[in-house]
Amino acid sequence: MTDVAPAPAREAPSLVKAPTGIDGFDDITIGGLPAGRPTLVCGGAGCGKTLLAMTFLVNGAEQFDEPGVFMSFEERAEDLAANVASLGFDIPGLVARGRLMIDHVRVERGEIEETGEYDLEGLFVRLDYAISSVGARRVVLDTVEALFSGFTDTAILRAELRRLFGWLKDQGVTAIITGERGAGQLTRHGLEEYVSDCVILLDNRVEDQITTRRLRIVKYRGSAHGTNEYPFLIDDQGISVLPVTSAGLDHEALSEPVSSGVPGLDAMMATGGYYQGSSVLISGGSGTGKTILAAQFADTTCRRGERCLFFTFEESPEQLVRNVASVGIDLRQHLVRGLLRIEAARPSLFGFEMHLARMIRDVGRFQPAGVVVDPVSAFRGPSFEIQATMLRLVDSLKAGGVTGVFTSLTPAHTMTEADHRISSLMDTWISLLDIEESGERNRGLYVLKSRGMSHSNQIREYRLTEHGVELSRPYVGAGGVLTGSARVLQEAREQAETVRLRQEAEQRRREFERRRTATERQIAELRAALEAEAAEVAMLNEQADLREQTAEQDREAMAARRGAAE
Amino acid sequence: MSSTDKQNPHLYVVSSAPDTGAGLPDDYYSLRLYVAGQTTKSLAAISNLKRICEEHLAGRYTIEVIDLLDRPQLAAGDQILAIPTLVRHLPQPLKKIIGNLSNTERVLVGLDIRREDRK
Repeated sequence: MTDVAPAPAREAPSLVKAPTGIDGFDDITIGGLPAGRPTLVCGGAGCGKTLLAMTFLVNGAEQFDEPGVFMSFEERAEDLAANVASLGFDIPGLVARGRLMIDHVRVERGEIEETGEYDLEGLFVRLDYAISSVGARRVVLDTVEALFSGFTDTAILRAELRRLFGWLKDQGVTAIITGERGAGQLTRHGLEEYVSDCVILLDNRVEDQITTRRLRIVKYRGSAHGTNEYPFLIDDQGISVLPVTSAGLDHEALSEPVSSGVPGLDAMMATGGYYQGSSVLISGGSGTGKTILAAQFADTTCRRGERCLFFTFEESPEQLVRNVASVGIDLRQHLVRGLLRIEAARPSLFGFEMHLARMIRDVGRFQPAGVVVDPVSAFRGPSFEIQATMLRLVDSLKAGGVTGVFTSLTPAHTMTEADHRISSLMDTWISLLDIEESGERNRGLYVLKSRGMSHSNQIREYRLTEHGVELSRPYVGAGGVLTGSARVLQEAREQAETVRLRQEAEQRRREFERRRTATERQIAELRAALEAEAAEVAMLNEQADLREQTAEQDREAMAARRGAAE
Repeated sequence: MSSTDKQNPHLYVVSSAPDTGAGLPDDYYSLRLYVAGQTTKSLAAISNLKRICEEHLAGRYTIEVIDLLDRPQLAAGDQILAIPTLVRHLPQPLKKIIGNLSNTERVLVGLDIRREDRK
């Protein structure tokens, strides 16, 4: 019956897509919604159908030069505009500039008397009028199922809906039709029967009192698409979908080192720092200085003039800045220069996956060189789920060559199962220890692992000074690893020992000198005695000779006397 | 008693009341019929409406027929979806009837035409 001239149907080859401009969504649909065709978006109450549809239109009008028509069967135009104003959508402005038209179709509930044959040509007329008045390329019908409450003759209604969707295709507009989730089927009134090109299901599940929004592409005729359930996020920056397609291991390995911010720690690793694009886990008990070590990384990244994104889940940004200022790390200057951004959120604000969606989105927008997550242990949930979602974050950082520093609170000297799961994702693991000894608590640091580089095996003591973390010279003497005053004591003890040994040697030397002198004196005496004896012996010999000689003379004299006599 | 706008053949007013504009009686009916083109349903609705009004409301009604193909911008004002739709602007409150008005009894109920008005 209609003589609404159908616009010449634009041939829409199956591969032409209309980008939605929604973070992540265009990735999983490989380009967006099917251009020139209707798409069904279904889901329960409050799962973001209207917002998704409105974002599609606003982005179309603002980014892709495709004006749109929003035909609302539920909310009034003013309410719609007010609801999305918080996302920064200027609906009245777009309407005034003729880029968007909102038509609120009020469906009176059973108040209309039906007296014979009718059709829904009025709806077509209104839609056609709206489309032609802004030159719309995009249309949203939200939620067309409301018609079912206004008209009792569902046979007519169904025939007209079928005609409507066909007509939309003929117009060549890219349309989103929203539908309320029904029991046992995608929509309450079976709209999926009419809209079969692309069906997207939104879901809002509550697990452990935390809701997670998820999105799934049920079907997409003529196109490849991601088939998983993707968590998505609605916050003050609109919708973003977290794609998990990047969970591959094809990221390139960068070999540039980046400083940890602590010279002593850099020196413990053969490369002189972390690898760029690697992920680093800093684990330790409470008060070991995890946050400070992470802040030092952020500080050094910003000092190089690179951007750093700091996610904190335990402190407010102000608190963080103040606390690390107490150890001489001035983050405020980097905030002022726009090199550092601190994003704070309570872990319980929403599910872990939502946090990740938000983080990945923020990383994508801020394009930092380094990311800090402080701490990952704040998240509660089944450890395999945390690992799976952490994997996405780590992969997404690696794909972008972003160095990630994650802190994890672990009870002293024990490791939870979750730690083990997370640690396998990490390239470098720095463990901070509490060393309790001699009635005091000292801090020790060691590199537990670091893939692809040789690293020191020492446990190094470090102190939180007013210049941040400082590693002390390692004490590796005979007494094992000592820290704090025990180490000072040990060093003093060793020094005393050295002195004692030196004194002892000196004493020995003097003793020896003395003994040598004594011995030499004895030798001299003995020799003197010997010489005295030799002299005596010589004298005795002389006397004996003399006596013998005298006796000879006596005998001769006697003989002479006798001879003379004879 | 019937006048047709020659410039716009789809918009015309049928009236049996003196064209005073002011001081209409309480039981005066101001009706607006929305159609889209000269379709069977539309034509049937127009003739059915004229007949019913003449039979029950002679002398105290105005019918304004609006063809949305010519003036689509008017559809939103009265929240028109179905075609044909008959809107009773007077007497208050506003009432709507959809269909080709072939069921006279339901039209009378829908327009809230009192029994004593019927002949």
